[in-house]
Amino acid sequence: MAKNNNNQGSSAKTSATRTEKTVLTKSGAEVLIDTVLANKIDSCWGYPGGAILPFYDAMYGSNLKHYLVRHEQAAAHAAEGFAKATGKVGMCIATSGPGATNLVTGITDAKMDSVPILALTGQVATTAIGTDAFQECDIYGITIPITKYNALIRYADEVADITETAIRVAQSGRPGPVLIDFPKDIQVAHTARLKPGKLPIPPRHYEKPPVVGDLARLADAINRARAPLLYVGGGAIHSGAYANLIKLAEKAQIPVVSTLMGLGAFPGTHDLSLGMLGMHGMAYANKAVQECDLLISAGARYDDRVATDKSDFASQALRAHIDVDQAEINKRVKVDFYIAGDLNDVIAELIPKVKQVKERAWVTFCRDLKAANPLRFNKNGSFIKPQQLIYRLWQKTRGEAIISTDVGQHQMWAAQYYAFNGPRQWLTSGGLGTMGFGFPAALGAKIGCPEKDVVVISGDGSFQMNMQELATARMYNIPVKIIVFNNGFLGMVRQWQELFYENRFSSSDMDYNPDFAKLCAAFDIPAKRITADHEVEEALDFLLNTKDVCLIEVAIPREEKVYPMVSSGTGYREMVDFDSSKEAGDEVKIIPNEPAARDGYVTRGKK
Amino acid sequence: MRTVLSVLVRNSAGVLSHVSGLFTRRGYNIDSLSVGETEDATKSIITLVVSEEEEMVRQIEKQLYKLVDVLEIRELTGEDALKRELVLLTVKSSRETRHELLTLINVFKARVVDMSESEIMIEMVANPRRISGFLRAFSEFGIIEMARTGTIALPFPASG
Ligand SMILES: Cc1ncc(C[n+]2csc(CCOP(=O)(O)OP(=O)(O)O)c2C)c(N)n1
Repeated sequence: MAKNNNNQGSSAKTSATRTEKTVLTKSGAEVLIDTVLANKIDSCWGYPGGAILPFYDAMYGSNLKHYLVRHEQAAAHAAEGFAKATGKVGMCIATSGPGATNLVTGITDAKMDSVPILALTGQVATTAIGTDAFQECDIYGITIPITKYNALIRYADEVADITETAIRVAQSGRPGPVLIDFPKDIQVAHTARLKPGKLPIPPRHYEKPPVVGDLARLADAINRARAPLLYVGGGAIHSGAYANLIKLAEKAQIPVVSTLMGLGAFPGTHDLSLGMLGMHGMAYANKAVQECDLLISAGARYDDRVATDKSDFASQALRAHIDVDQAEINKRVKVDFYIAGDLNDVIAELIPKVKQVKERAWVTFCRDLKAANPLRFNKNGSFIKPQQLIYRLWQKTRGEAIISTDVGQHQMWAAQYYAFNGPRQWLTSGGLGTMGFGFPAALGAKIGCPEKDVVVISGDGSFQMNMQELATARMYNIPVKIIVFNNGFLGMVRQWQELFYENRFSSSDMDYNPDFAKLCAAFDIPAKRITADHEVEEALDFLLNTKDVCLIEVAIPREEKVYPMVSSGTGYREMVDFDSSKEAGDEVKIIPNEPAARDGYVTRGKK
Repeated sequence: MRTVLSVLVRNSAGVLSHVSGLFTRRGYNIDSLSVGETEDATKSIITLVVSEEEEMVRQIEKQLYKLVDVLEIRELTGEDALKRELVLLTVKSSRETRHELLTLINVFKARVVDMSESEIMIEMVANPRRISGFLRAFSEFGIIEMARTGTIALPFPASG
């Protein structure tokens, strides 16, 4: 019987390795590790505990490299960072009960931003399930609404199938998190089912979806449009549509605006790029949305931070929607027509159908919009302006670094002032807005992309949500570069309290922040604190040239705000832009995605 | 608008949690939900009656289709499908009302299951609309207890 089952996988592979030929059964834990490795997942992040110990034992000495974090939430974010930066599946592991629940924020984050991660949790033995055993919790039930697929393994014979299913589902179509709950007794139980067989779920969940919808109509609409506009989102990054988006935009001369999640899907410095739209988008991007006559959403979902007023979002235009997830179409904003399918496939089919356009008055109009509505802030004495520092970081890293942020003002400044050359450079928690995401995600990204500069842009509030990971970074020497903007406040909360709650700063003051440089010293991590403008250059050089994990704490004025701003529920007509006359100092204007702006960049090292 | 959705699912341990969770999480209005096995023991049918506008029903179908255990969704709202519900009812009865009750039971083609001095137990299988009419008619006699299944539905055989 055992022999029979052994033939389930590819027999060629089985006979290739002599040892496998002789092994007729393996433990559930070993089969899970084999299945994961066969899917090219070779690293994971996690934290051990009673119910997952047999698995950790099986992992010991295996080819699955494990990084020990200091809190399970960080394991989930690190897996996300790895997945976002590489496009592969990230993996995280926790024990049952508290270990599993500590993963929940990260899994939810991955669900909201469509990040393919595999979460593995230990569970009490099948014989103890339902008895409120020590560290028992129904993580299967808890994660139903926050996973694409989840399963509680009940028999060792199911391990290969369930693991294979989980990994395939995580990556296919619109990616997302999956969870496997693995009871302790099944981890050690032996099975002869060493390889996955026919998967137990319908193929639509792991095969590439077909292109359905009105492709000809979209091509026709593009060919007739006077003022077409592409609105790209995170889906453009997942589908790898970068090259084809450039081809399409250039051929038909279509300017491009991007959501927060879509940054890098189209080169930020391209002449046709209009940067980010939405609540804190560039004024010229939002104005272009109000002026276009055809809006093509490419892997973006008309969400409430973009279509802030859903009844007045590009309502003068014909609206089209391309999305791999059919359920996103007409979910929030009704569109005129749609195409469901993989974005890259759709764009590839579209390119030959659109007419080559040489010059468009609309493109000139958008260029003028850009020139007339730059990003602005005031320079005031020796205060460090976060906008300027990020802009300088962009110049010094030539727009090539991976930037990982937390949530708040610093996140929006990074989105505005760092123009990304390409996809998978921008790691941010968009859907859930999870403070504490940035640093652990950067660790995952650096392991996935060791050749790239990985820079964390964080705030004093957010950084403290996962700063224990300094130990992880040190332990494995993962050289990420950390910038903590310290405004002594939960800055974004303060901004809302100033604008909407008449300056009642209820619990947003971060009194008693640690001295971040001293904190780093405790972890043997080089760090600097800067407070004045003239120190920025040297501090950035320190950050970029240090071979180790390192940190700079940057003191910034607490009054600094993020502009432009469209309040939730209101339309782009009511956008509020920066008003220099209301603040001290002299106005600085920056159009961050202008190619010429890079002329002054400094090349560092030999490279 | 009431829409009947017949959802064929894989019989997995969590399938009902996945389906019902979707409705609470997304705030869809649901009138009834009933589950039962099909001719294939590995599959069940969940029949859902939802009160939502057309647009929202389309959205519900698409969200359901994203669940891994969902195999097929059929809308069985119109004339082309047979819809049935079962209701069990005990009503107060007395010497004076018994005759009238029995006449009504006859009119509605319901069935007497049991009887005592003061109560009468009735069952009825019908389409949901007739069940509601039936309940209205009996309510004036004083309903002691009532249990009602959700709607189940199957399409009529295609003619020709
Ligand atoms: C886990 C979590 N808790 C609360 C919030 C609400 N929140 C959004 S931004 C913000 C302030 C962030 O402060 P900081 O990290 O210092 O960044 P800044 O806005 O000052 O740049 C808060 C509390 C959140 N997004 N995530």
